[in-house]
Amino acid sequence: MAAITMKNIVKKYGDGFPAVNDVSIDVADGEFLILVGPSGCGKSTLLRMIVGLEDITDGDMLIGDRRVNDLAPRDRNLAMVFQNYALYPHLTVYENIAFPLRLAGADEKTIDEKVRAASSTLELDEHLERKPGNLSGGQRQRVAMGRAIVRDADAFLFDEPLSNLDAKLRGQMRTEISRLQKRLGITTVYVTHDQVEAMTLGDRVAVLKRGILQQLASPRELYENPGNLFVAGFIGSPPMNFLPATLEGTTVKLPFGTVEISADKAEKAAGRDLLIAGIRPDHFDDASVVDDSKLEHGSTFRTTVEVVEWLGNEAYAYIPFEAPPQVQEQLAQLERDLDGESLRTQLVVSLDSASTVAEGDEAEIWVDTRRMHLFDPATGENLTVDREHAGEIPALAMEAAAEQPAAAG
Amino acid sequence: MRKIGVPVGVALILVWCLLPVVWIISLSFKSQSAITNGSPGFFPASGDGAGWANYVDVIENDQFRRAILNSIGISLIATLLSVIIATLAAYAIARLEFKGKKFVLTMALAIAMFPVVSLVGPLFDMWRSIGLYDTWPGLIIPYMSFTLPLAIWTLSAFFREIPWELEQAAQVDGATSWQAFRKVIVPLAAPGVFTAAILTFFFAWNDFVFGISLTSTENARPIPAALSFFVGQDPFNRPASLLAAGAVVSTIPIIVIVLLFQRKIVAGLTSGAVKG
Repeated sequence: MAAITMKNIVKKYGDGFPAVNDVSIDVADGEFLILVGPSGCGKSTLLRMIVGLEDITDGDMLIGDRRVNDLAPRDRNLAMVFQNYALYPHLTVYENIAFPLRLAGADEKTIDEKVRAASSTLELDEHLERKPGNLSGGQRQRVAMGRAIVRDADAFLFDEPLSNLDAKLRGQMRTEISRLQKRLGITTVYVTHDQVEAMTLGDRVAVLKRGILQQLASPRELYENPGNLFVAGFIGSPPMNFLPATLEGTTVKLPFGTVEISADKAEKAAGRDLLIAGIRPDHFDDASVVDDSKLEHGSTFRTTVEVVEWLGNEAYAYIPFEAPPQVQEQLAQLERDLDGESLRTQLVVSLDSASTVAEGDEAEIWVDTRRMHLFDPATGENLTVDREHAGEIPALAMEAAAEQPAAAG
Repeated sequence: MRKIGVPVGVALILVWCLLPVVWIISLSFKSQSAITNGSPGFFPASGDGAGWANYVDVIENDQFRRAILNSIGISLIATLLSVIIATLAAYAIARLEFKGKKFVLTMALAIAMFPVVSLVGPLFDMWRSIGLYDTWPGLIIPYMSFTLPLAIWTLSAFFREIPWELEQAAQVDGATSWQAFRKVIVPLAAPGVFTAAILTFFFAWNDFVFGISLTSTENARPIPAALSFFVGQDPFNRPASLLAAGAVVSTIPIIVIVLLFQRKIVAGLTSGAVKG
């Protein structure tokens, strides 16, 4: 087992485009790190550089104390689970799991012991003599994991291992991976585009966009203190609401009305004409069902609800609003970054399931202003971020964000 | 209607394809005099049957035995070398990026298109001056150059079908590039390798033009050429039944080889490697 240290890692392809640009991440021994981002953000490339399947253009990759930049994959002693499992179809499950041990030249007795230990951990005992072609998706996934855990590897690398499974199985395998990693206590780097996996599995999560590390923090820190618009929009489902806002003293003017914020937040955001306010859907509620003690922490406003989706444990209300072109442009860009389509601007509000607000009703909505963030519309930077509880926000992410509107324009 | 149509169609095709084969088998069991006198029946008329005599004669003939040995040896060596070289070349073409890749493929195709006859003359001259005339290598080399292109094309198509992740997985599991190739890629490409092997073996075994032009003695003469020299005692009266027996005997190895290789060409061997 070993720590993995990435120092200013750069990957440039033939055309000079940096797929990974100056990424530095320390993965502590035994830590579960998630690399997350929309497609094309360089997360898989980064993982493949760790394992040695991609050359590193610049920077240092250390596993333990060893610089591994120029080592072949087989000399790095890492175990990897591929997105499509990459099982050897001509070998039985037993031989698939035994493959790394045979290559290492282990004797027959050791191989048998280790394979049987791995197969009982993963409940594959009854399938050992079958070929991968006859297994279900979940079983193949477990065989791929078996091949990884059978070795005494320094670290596990997962490349979107659950993306080929159906939703139910994915949930089961997710907890299975989490349990396995905790039991073995092995350093793990896990690539995913699924933010539920990112939030639930990781000790820390690295959010990437176009090859640039945006923020490296614990899931809670990412959720509560996103460093910029991109992270705020990427983490959380349904995503954070972004509203045009203007600040006067400690009063924030939103499309639906005005809300009060604390003095120190107002101070951080002061001096700009136009801001983007970010509020998560669950920081709103129907004022009529909110406790009085909570009510005083926020503000309320009246508005007409267009659509309500009732899900049983909660309900989502949709409220359309108009945004000035400056904000709209930034939001459209954000949607593109997130692989989404820019639809019309609307507010998503999570209501308590006890709420009886129906479509077309005018309702009084309460908003928890303590949780509101204010973003700079030009750079996307979160002005009100609590830096002590936001993990690492690399400076480069800020610079790149600042350059972006110019490039887009 | 469908139920009757299929067996009838199959029967027609079988008759069409197998009639000449069956006829030559029939010939091989008739005595020489019966054929000279004209023997139109499929089964030998009474007294015309030769039993196994023709086969015994053929196999006891030194020339013929030597020709069989030449054919088997030359064909197997040409097949083996061709498949090995083609496997390596096809792997490089399918997996590696290098300059001149297109050139290699186009040249291979161009060579395969070359008419065999146009090369016989120059080869005859060359082989005589460098001492390859009437030797095994003298035939193995042209056979390889005509079968390699096809083998390379077939195999590179097979290699492209194999998911690259398998090789990468093997490397992460601790294999060298060579080990990954040998333990993972080659077993998966086996159907392709055997297809290429059969095609190569066919070409070498059935070749007549090179066989007759580049040999002069039984030193290297393969079966098809040897059969044409099989004249018996009377040059004006060729021993048709003996030739028929020789033709049947020379078909047997190729049937055996095809049946052996065919079992290896199992479709869908790669299923289950990756989700798909």
